[in-house]
Amino acid sequence: MIERDPGTAEAISFVLNGGGCSVTVERDALLLYVLRNDLGLKGSRFGCGMGLCGACMVLVDGRPMPSCDLPLYAVAGKRVTTIEGMQAADGLHPLQQAFIDEGAGQCGYCLSGILISAMALLERNPDPSDADIRTALEPNICRCGAHARVIRAIRRAAGAAS
Amino acid sequence: MTASGLDAPLAGNLQLGERLDARLRIEADGSITALTGKVELGQGIHAALAQIVADELDVPFDRVRVAPVDTSSSPNEGTTAASRSIEESGAALRQVAAEVRQALLESAAAELGVPIGELSVDAGVISAPDGRSIRYASLAGIDLTRPVTGQVKPKPARLRSLIGRSAPRRDLVAKVTGKPSYVQDLEIPGMVHARVVRPPSYGAELRSVEVDALSAMPGVVQVVCDGNFLAVIAEQERQAIAALTRARRTSVWDTGRSEPLKVDPRALLEMSSETALVEQRSDGAGPSGRVTSLEAEYSRQHIAHAAVGPSCAVAVLDDGGYTVWTHSQGIFELRHELANVLGMPSENVRVIHMEGAGCYGHNGADDAALDAALLARSVPGRAVRVQWARDDEFAWEPFGPAQVVRLSAGLDERGAIVDWQHDGWSPGHDGRPAEDRPAEESALLAAHDLAVRRRRPRPRSRLEANGGRRNAIPLYVFPNYRIVDHYVAEAAVRVSALRSLGAHLNVFAIESFMDEIATATGADPIELRLRYLVDARARAVVEAVADRARATPFQTGDGDHVRGRGIGFARYKNHAAYAAAMVEVDVGTEVTVKRAWGAIDAGMVVSREGLVNQAEGGITQAVSWALYEAVQADGSRIATRGWNT
Repeated sequence: MIERDPGTAEAISFVLNGGGCSVTVERDALLLYVLRNDLGLKGSRFGCGMGLCGACMVLVDGRPMPSCDLPLYAVAGKRVTTIEGMQAADGLHPLQQAFIDEGAGQCGYCLSGILISAMALLERNPDPSDADIRTALEPNICRCGAHARVIRAIRRAAGAAS
Repeated sequence: MTASGLDAPLAGNLQLGERLDARLRIEADGSITALTGKVELGQGIHAALAQIVADELDVPFDRVRVAPVDTSSSPNEGTTAASRSIEESGAALRQVAAEVRQALLESAAAELGVPIGELSVDAGVISAPDGRSIRYASLAGIDLTRPVTGQVKPKPARLRSLIGRSAPRRDLVAKVTGKPSYVQDLEIPGMVHARVVRPPSYGAELRSVEVDALSAMPGVVQVVCDGNFLAVIAEQERQAIAALTRARRTSVWDTGRSEPLKVDPRALLEMSSETALVEQRSDGAGPSGRVTSLEAEYSRQHIAHAAVGPSCAVAVLDDGGYTVWTHSQGIFELRHELANVLGMPSENVRVIHMEGAGCYGHNGADDAALDAALLARSVPGRAVRVQWARDDEFAWEPFGPAQVVRLSAGLDERGAIVDWQHDGWSPGHDGRPAEDRPAEESALLAAHDLAVRRRRPRPRSRLEANGGRRNAIPLYVFPNYRIVDHYVAEAAVRVSALRSLGAHLNVFAIESFMDEIATATGADPIELRLRYLVDARARAVVEAVADRARATPFQTGDGDHVRGRGIGFARYKNHAAYAAAMVEVDVGTEVTVKRAWGAIDAGMVVSREGLVNQAEGGITQAVSWALYEAVQADGSRIATRGWNT
């Protein structure tokens, strides 16, 4: 972390969950804290601050990335999708519904990040094998042990979509 | 529940004289509010409690709300731990719901002029045979200040319609859509953000801090320095993090006199311990013929809770009183300890539970609550949010203690187990806050760092079934056995309750040793267990899981690569649920668990889904503990600071 001079604040624009967004903040402010504190989107959770646990995962131009060590300038002009942007206008995303149907979660703290990883996976591979799912979720830690359910839920969502 | 009299115990943890409205309320719209002291930890307990209440009161599940758990309004039901929530709070709520239903029926009977016996209830509507009816909503004003009597019998099992079904986890919708769900997400107007600068190692003393430079950083509201307790408070979270980073770099700590941390479990064998006989049995006959003895030693390293979200709390000091939001497992115990450290009566401290990331026992939640309260004292009127850093969570949360178990068995000429000796070395597993804690002691981390230092209490082992002794007595019936507990009072590091306490290593040891015996005597591991299991429910879970896994051979391959399955069995605490698990493992250059099967008899199951979810999670976590986890130290410093160290 770099100590900042408040004078370096500048407006940074990006597309957030499909809409335009501009934040005036130090340019190396980390995306997670901007989302949670400046923009009031609490769905991306803090787990480690080191990009190691996946709880804060967001999509940047469709690619899943931890937001806790991603400076805001790195997303300038890009498309950022958070868990809050996953829900379709007409209801839950099939993945969200599948997680509820499978009871895939205990405390649920890891779920936002897992859903983001899963969404990216299904975008590029609509019919993933269990091994594909495991690989895609490698960056996400779940400590309660909901893994088997999470895999079932992703398979269910993939099945529902195909 | 009996009609016989006053001395019959009340259901669950109900106390004689307790008011019905301390546990249940009927709202004006006819919906029901259930009050519990048991907190939601991701285990789905609030859904299960709502099921019990809805079933007993004949209202739909979605008409029952469970109130937030709050010292100002909830019954004090102690810690939410040890799989006791259903048997304590659940049983109490069922009894109270039965009495409230009776009160509603009495009231309706008077109003409709019909004997109670002729009334029926469906979905919160009480009907008379002639078709007239009254809704619960119109009876919402009935007097529920009356005390619990224990004189009304809850419904018999055949009349229940919700208990045993799988209630939906209502919280999951909010969680999968990213709604604020945790104490970490709490936002209070004017709230400031704090970070605590923890010592680099055990026993480190703070020598100097750049208070002026830190105070001059952007947004910094206050630098708090009290003994070894150092913290920064800032307007914005990122400003607090920047100040933390700088304070960690520039503050000077004296680590010279710190002792190396003996985290290796075998160090317990060298430490002073109090030895006590837990239980023994002797058939008096003595074995006939030659007895071969078999010995083995099992140990477990310190294990971190390592919840995905590090501990967090929010506190505010207003009008001379504190309000603290926390993911603690025991808000009343925490309130007592907070009041002790803050030097005020408990009544001036209100503790409100909010969910945190997964809780597997006594983690850093209570400590973060004290951090927040201490810092709230420096900025009265403003809420202070303290978020622990990931590396601090690993280094400073209480760990599940290391343990060692030595087992020996005497086998007769036919391979029968004629003698069994169990010696267990363990620190206490209960370092939790307690309501009887004296003011000069504190279970809370920061209290050990303040200038007016509170003594760190010894983890307790006083409860018979607690701590290292839990599940030390095997359920197998041997003619002679001797179970000995070696309680190590001074643990090498800060330890407290982690899921199942000593049962984890005791069961691991017993079950591994049974397999050693099976191998030594050429017995089938399942047959060997069944030979010594008398309890029919115990036999049933072993047989069920063995049956499911039958298609998988016990062992295939040889030399460097084998694949096989193994079984484990226990009855939790020797008096709760029976469980057997079978895993298929692949043992090559590394050990991989390929599949697991489980069979559980938990008696009356409220939410089948909740039970299965917990069991699956337990299996996964136990595999991780066994294969991957051990807290490491480097001198007096905890070296494990992340999931990859």
